[in-house]
Amino acid sequence: MSVDIPTVKKIASLARIAMTDQEAEALAPELNNILGWIEQLGEVDTANVEPMTAVIPNHLRLREDIVTDGNVRDRVLANAPQAEHGFFAVPKVIE
Amino acid sequence: MAELTDLGIAAIRDGVRDGEFSAREVAQAFIDRVAAAKALNAFLVETPDHALKAADAADAARASGDLKPMSGVPIGMKDLFCTEGVPTTAASGILAGFTPTYESTVSANLWAAGAGMLGKLNLDQFAMGSSNETSAFGNVISPWRRNDGGNAALAPGGSSGGSSSAISARLCPAATGTDTGGSIRQPAAFVGISGIKPTYGRCSRWGVVAFASSLDQAGAMAHDVTDCAIMLGAMAGFDPKDSTSLDLPVPDWAGSLSGSLKGKTVGIPKEYRVDGMPAEIEMLWEQGIAWLKDAGAEVVEVSLPHTRYALPAYYIIAPAEASSNLARYDGVRYGLRDLPDGAGLQDMYAATRAAGFGPEVKRRIMIGTYVLSAGFYDAYYNQAQKVRALIARDFEAAWERCDLLLTPTAPSAAFALGEKQADPLAMYLNDVFTVPASLAGLPAMSVPGGLDAQGLPLGLQIIGKPLDEQGVLDAGLAIEQRAGFSARPEQWW
Repeated sequence: MSVDIPTVKKIASLARIAMTDQEAEALAPELNNILGWIEQLGEVDTANVEPMTAVIPNHLRLREDIVTDGNVRDRVLANAPQAEHGFFAVPKVIE
Repeated sequence: MAELTDLGIAAIRDGVRDGEFSAREVAQAFIDRVAAAKALNAFLVETPDHALKAADAADAARASGDLKPMSGVPIGMKDLFCTEGVPTTAASGILAGFTPTYESTVSANLWAAGAGMLGKLNLDQFAMGSSNETSAFGNVISPWRRNDGGNAALAPGGSSGGSSSAISARLCPAATGTDTGGSIRQPAAFVGISGIKPTYGRCSRWGVVAFASSLDQAGAMAHDVTDCAIMLGAMAGFDPKDSTSLDLPVPDWAGSLSGSLKGKTVGIPKEYRVDGMPAEIEMLWEQGIAWLKDAGAEVVEVSLPHTRYALPAYYIIAPAEASSNLARYDGVRYGLRDLPDGAGLQDMYAATRAAGFGPEVKRRIMIGTYVLSAGFYDAYYNQAQKVRALIARDFEAAWERCDLLLTPTAPSAAFALGEKQADPLAMYLNDVFTVPASLAGLPAMSVPGGLDAQGLPLGLQIIGKPLDEQGVLDAGLAIEQRAGFSARPEQWW
């Protein structure tokens, strides 16, 4: 399996990373090198093996259904590149 | 008396308690040393006020007889831990300007134990790297140099390279690290200090910038095993804010430390004898076996047959989790925003992430996105998680024959900065001995064993059963007592 430049650009678009043609061209052989190395996992017989989901047996806890946090709007917004009227501000998305 | 900055955690704690010196004197000595060591680029932010405030609290606590386990100990904090009011960057441009409004659980635990903070330590960007060359704020330089007179700048290891460099240069007596595939153990080995990654779930991940959540674990780095035990004890503990946190009491590791391994069996995994391993590392490993026997342990050869698949599995799982975790950096809620003229929301995301992430971070996000994409998920990600299950089974089988495993920490001593940067794959291979324990969530530590012919430190790794940090630390102490490692870098910075 090898990734070509259009595939690299498609992955970049899925990952929301802007990429020039030049960058995609440089990245394609690097990714192929790494993916080619990863391919060796295919030779392991995993026919009757369940994929691992937890390294240490642990159960998901339930907690009381009560409010434990909140009323910290200004702290939540403190690091926003742009905040207006108590909201995160983004470029216009609806014409 | 030795310089105050030569002291470790236990020595500072005892000296403050016994009135040999004040915590403020200790803090000031380290603050001055940090300020004079810019050439190492270990610290991204210096926080002398934080250290002095904790020191004054320690001096007051001494007066009132209320000292805590780390009272008066100023430490370095890897800049992956969110610290309230102190910029936190994960060494990435995408977190430029981010100042957390909350404190990570691990750092809060350390402050509650009396420690103070000298500053935030440089690291590989988002902890992705093994040489500290992927930081957006420049390479960290190891205080060590080869004895060939060449003065080549050496890698402090990674990703906790700021931590390893700072401790080794005695800018701080101890520091936090995080370990996803070896990021505490490999840098500790490269600079001749000790470092422990506990069982997955011992230390809360809450407030730690996420890389690969099923692997990330915080741990302690310090000059010796006792100091690691004290500090890990202060860091660990159940935290309801982390769903994978283990709801178990934290044993008194430091209080129970013993260098005697009578009745213990140590396994030597034969698959770790990799091709091309330097003879010096092979010899140190043999020496380590002899030390553990001398401490009373029985030594047996064991087999971990899937070892060679650990690295490729890791380089699917870790990037997959990273691509998901790092989706949060969108230029909306915190950090960098790059908004080209006339750009819409999607363009803003893509421009922000292109500008903010470094090349290695992009590479891993791309791999992660690819292996999780439709049509490839089963072949890559699911297969990797199955192989991971087999790797964990290998360890479980080994534990039927032994209590601990002894291996080298890394396949080489510290390499020069730039030496491996051109080939990402060569860099990944440096984690060959540390990644398997990470995949299985096991406690593991590196302790210094000796120097190679070039005068550079080499480390030995001890891997333990789940939750057996005590066994790992005890074996670490047994090696430390016999290795008598006292080498330190000559000050050139």
